Amino acid sequence: MKGLSKILEKWEPVIGLEVHAQLSTDTKMFCGCRNVYGDPPNTHTCPVCLGLPGALPVANEKAIEYTLKLGLALGCKISLKSHFARKNYFYPDLPKGYQISQYDEPLCLGGSVTIRQNGELKEIPLIRIHLEEDAGKSIHSADEKETKIDFNRCGVPLVEIVSAPDIRSPKVAREYLTRLKQILQYLGISNCNMEQGNLRCDANISLRRKGEKPLGIRTEMKNMNSFRGVERALFFEINRQAGLLESGKEVVQETRLWNESERKAEVMRGKEDAPDYRYFPEPDLVSMVITEKQFASIRSDPVELPHEKEDRMLSDYGIRLNDAIILASDVHLVDYFEQIVELGIDPQEAVKWMLGVMLKVLKDEIYKIESFPVKPNRLATLLKAVGNGIVNINTAKSVFQKMLTSDKTATQIIKEEGLMQMSDSEKLSSIIEGILVHHPVEVSRYRDGKKELFGFFMGQIMRETLGQSTPKIVKEILTGILDGNKT
Amino acid sequence: MLQHYSDYNLFTSSPEEKLYIRKQIKTGLLQGKTIAIKDNIAVRGWQLSCASGILANYLSPYHATVVQRILDGDGTIIGKTNLDEFAMGSSNEHTIFGSVKNPVDSTKVPGGSSGGSATAVALGVCDMALGSDTGGSVRQPAAFCGIYGLKPTYGRVSRYGLVAFASSFDQIGILSNSTQDAALLLQVIAGHDPSDATSSDRQVPDYLKKLSEPEQPKVGIPWEQITDGADVEIIDRLKSLITFLKNSGCDVKNINLPHLRYSIATYYILTMAEASSNLARYDGVRYGLSDRKNVLENMYRDTRSAGFGEEVKRRIMLGTYILSSGYYDAYYKKAQKVRRLIRDDFVNVFKNVDVIILPTTPTPAFDLGENLNDPIKMYLSDIFTTPVNLAGIPAISVPAGTHSSGLPIGLQLVGDFFNEETILRLSHYIECNYTK
Repeated sequence: MKGLSKILEKWEPVIGLEVHAQLSTDTKMFCGCRNVYGDPPNTHTCPVCLGLPGALPVANEKAIEYTLKLGLALGCKISLKSHFARKNYFYPDLPKGYQISQYDEPLCLGGSVTIRQNGELKEIPLIRIHLEEDAGKSIHSADEKETKIDFNRCGVPLVEIVSAPDIRSPKVAREYLTRLKQILQYLGISNCNMEQGNLRCDANISLRRKGEKPLGIRTEMKNMNSFRGVERALFFEINRQAGLLESGKEVVQETRLWNESERKAEVMRGKEDAPDYRYFPEPDLVSMVITEKQFASIRSDPVELPHEKEDRMLSDYGIRLNDAIILASDVHLVDYFEQIVELGIDPQEAVKWMLGVMLKVLKDEIYKIESFPVKPNRLATLLKAVGNGIVNINTAKSVFQKMLTSDKTATQIIKEEGLMQMSDSEKLSSIIEGILVHHPVEVSRYRDGKKELFGFFMGQIMRETLGQSTPKIVKEILTGILDGNKT
Repeated sequence: MLQHYSDYNLFTSSPEEKLYIRKQIKTGLLQGKTIAIKDNIAVRGWQLSCASGILANYLSPYHATVVQRILDGDGTIIGKTNLDEFAMGSSNEHTIFGSVKNPVDSTKVPGGSSGGSATAVALGVCDMALGSDTGGSVRQPAAFCGIYGLKPTYGRVSRYGLVAFASSFDQIGILSNSTQDAALLLQVIAGHDPSDATSSDRQVPDYLKKLSEPEQPKVGIPWEQITDGADVEIIDRLKSLITFLKNSGCDVKNINLPHLRYSIATYYILTMAEASSNLARYDGVRYGLSDRKNVLENMYRDTRSAGFGEEVKRRIMLGTYILSSGYYDAYYKKAQKVRRLIRDDFVNVFKNVDVIILPTTPTPAFDLGENLNDPIKMYLSDIFTTPVNLAGIPAISVPAGTHSSGLPIGLQLVGDFFNEETILRLSHYIECNYTK
C-alpha cells in the first residue's frame, strides 16, 4: 500500500461499508425450501421463491430471531415493530421483480462493532441492520451469449449491516470486516464463507481535506470478493480520488465495479442511471412485532463477543494478548482451546500447542477446526502424557500426526509403538509424589496401617503413566516414599 | 353445457374433465355442488391466464388454498371463468377471450372483473363461483347480473393462489344464486392459512346455522353520501328496502361517512401502486409470454408491451409513477393516510350500527363498449364498492329488484370486521321476506 501515507497526510478518507451476510437457517426467508449451497441448480425452489403467479411469502421466524441476536449483541436499538418493504427493480435472477427487504422500519438501528487497534478497543458505529432475501444467481456462458439462472440461492435470508461512514482507512475497513465475520460466527448465525458468497461487501468512499468537515462526493464500490480485495479496492479508489482532487478535478458520483484480477475498478453506472427502487411497504406480510418473550429468550443466552473473549483469556488464563487475539479470531479454535484447558491442560501449554502445532496442521486446509479429527479430550490425554514426562514434545507431535488419521487414543499409540520414557526413576518419583499429594487421606490411612491401599496407589500410578511404567520400579519407589517417611 | 353458452364468453378454457376428489361416500358441505373458478385463481394442471396475453398457455403447478378446500369439501370444479385482465376492470371487456355478455341483456356488460363468474352463476351453468374483489369485482357484477356477491373481510379467506392485483385489497369472494349457497361456500373456504401471512386465525363461525337465527340488526344509511351520484331508481329501491326493514322492526339510523368521497382517488392510487409491483414478475424470464428476439432490456419491453392489455399498462405506468421518488409522499403516502381515515369512518359508525346499507353501483349495467374509452367514467362506477375494500370490511350485494330498463339492481349490506354472519343473516332475511 505504498503512497497511502502520503495521501493521508492531506486527505481523510470517509468510508462506509454495507455487508450482506447470508443467515444459516434451515429454510429460506419466505418459503419452506432448504437453504443449502452447492446442490444442482434449481433443486431447491417452489412457487414462492420462483415468484409464480398467486404465491405468497411467509416470514421465517428463525431468520428474525437471528437478526435480533445480532442486533442485541451489537448494542442496536431493536424496533419493537418493524416492517418489510419491496425494493422494485428488474433483473432476471430476481423472480418477483422486487426484492423483499426493509426500508424505513429496519429491525435494528444504531449499535457498533468493536475492533481492536494496536491493542486498544475502538467502536465502529452502525447505522442499521435489516433483514431481506437474496436473489438467484446468474451464470453467464463463456461467450456471453447465454445466461442461465440458478434459483437455489433465491430467497435465502440475508442481513444487511450498514456501518456509519466512520471508517478512515482501508486497513480499518478490513479489521472491521474481519471482526464482523468473527461476530457472526460467534453467534452461530452465518457460515461466513466468502467463496460461497455467504458474506459480501459494498463500500462507499469519499475524501475530504484533512481537518475539514464537509464531505466530498462519494463513489460506491461493488464486487469485492475478499476482505483483502476490499482493502485493495479502497486503496485504489482513495488513490484515484486523491489524484483527481489534487489536479483540481471533481470526483463524479458513480458506482464502480472492482476487478480483482486486474486490480482496478470500472464504472458500472453514473448517478443519472441510479435506479429508483420505488420502495413501499410489503403488503403481503404483516408487521413484525417483537414480543418481550422473544427478547427474554434471546437475552437469556448471551454470547461472548470476540473482544470480550480476548479480554477474558487474558484475565482467566494469563495468556498474552497477541495469542488471545489469534485464538479468539476463530470461534471454533477458541472453543477447542477452552475445552482442553477445561480438561486440565495448563493454559500456557495449551497455547503453545494450539499456536505451534494445530495452526500448522490447519493451514494445509485438509482439516477444519470445526470438524477436527482429534477431539479435545483426545488431545488432552496426549498433552497430559507430555506434562507427565511420559513422552517428550517431539514424540507427542508424531503421535498427534498419527491420531489425525486414526481413531486410536494417544495411550494406544504410545503403548503400541513403545514411545514412553518410563525407565527414568527420577521422573517416576516425581509423578508418584505428585499423585500422593493429591491423595492425602489415603496416604495417612495407609500410614496408619491400612496396607491394602498400596494396590490403590499402584493403580493410580499405572493410570497416570498410561501403564507404561515398570511395576517393579514403581513398587520400589512407592514403598520408599510411603514407608521411608514413616517416622 | 359449456359450449351452449359460448356466446357469453364465460370461460377462458373448457377442460375436458371436471375436477373433484373421487370418494365412495361424500360427506362434505359442497357435495353435489358445481363451482366455477375465476381464472386468476390457481388450479393445479389447469390454465391460469388472468385473461392476459402475458400468461397465455401458462399452467399452474399448484392449487390455490381455496381450490384445495373446495375439493376437500366435495365440491366439483367445472372450469375457469373469464375476467378483466388481472382483475382490472369493471366491465369484463378487458380480456383476450372476448367481452362477457350480461345474462339479462346481452348488449350490456355483466360487470367486472368477475364477469364470467357472475354470468355463469346467473345462467345456472354452475351453482356458485369464486371471484376476487379488489374494489368491487365480485359485488358489482353480482348486482349487474341479479345474483348474490359476497366479499368477505380482508384476511378471512386465504389469498394463496390468487394472482395478486393489489395485495392489501384483494379478497376472494363468492357469487351465488342464494345467500344459503354463499354461506355454504364461505364456510368451506374461510379460515386461517399458514401460507398467507395476512390470513386471520380468528375462528370461523357456523355461518349456516346462524343464517336463520332471529335478529333485528341496527341499520345505518349514509344518505348524505349516496343521494348525489346514484340513479334515481336505485335510490328508490334503497328507500323501499329501508321501509321494509323498518317495518320488520329494525332500527334504521342516518349515518355519516365523511371521507367516502375520497374513496375512488385513494383506491386507484394505492391499487395502481401495488399492481405496478405485483405485475413486475411477468418479465418473460421464467414463464408465460417471452419475446427474446433482442437484448435483455428489450426482452422486458417487448414481452410486456405485447403481453399486457391497455388497461393493465395504464395502471402499471400510473402505479410506477405514484411510487417514484419525489411523488411517493404526495400520492402513495397521502393516500395511505386517507385510507386510514376512511377505515376510521367505518370503525366509528360500527360502534352504533350492525349493518350499513349502500347501493352496490350508481347505475345498472351499462352498454358494452360504453365506458371503454373513458377510464375515469369506468373508475367512477366503483364509488360504492371501493370504500369497503379500503376499510377491509365484508359486504354482500343482494338482488333488490329490477330497473325500468329490465336490468337488475343490487344493494349492498356492509358489515363490521369479521362479522360476515350478520350481513349473511340480513341478506337471508331479505331474500326470504322482501318482495321486490
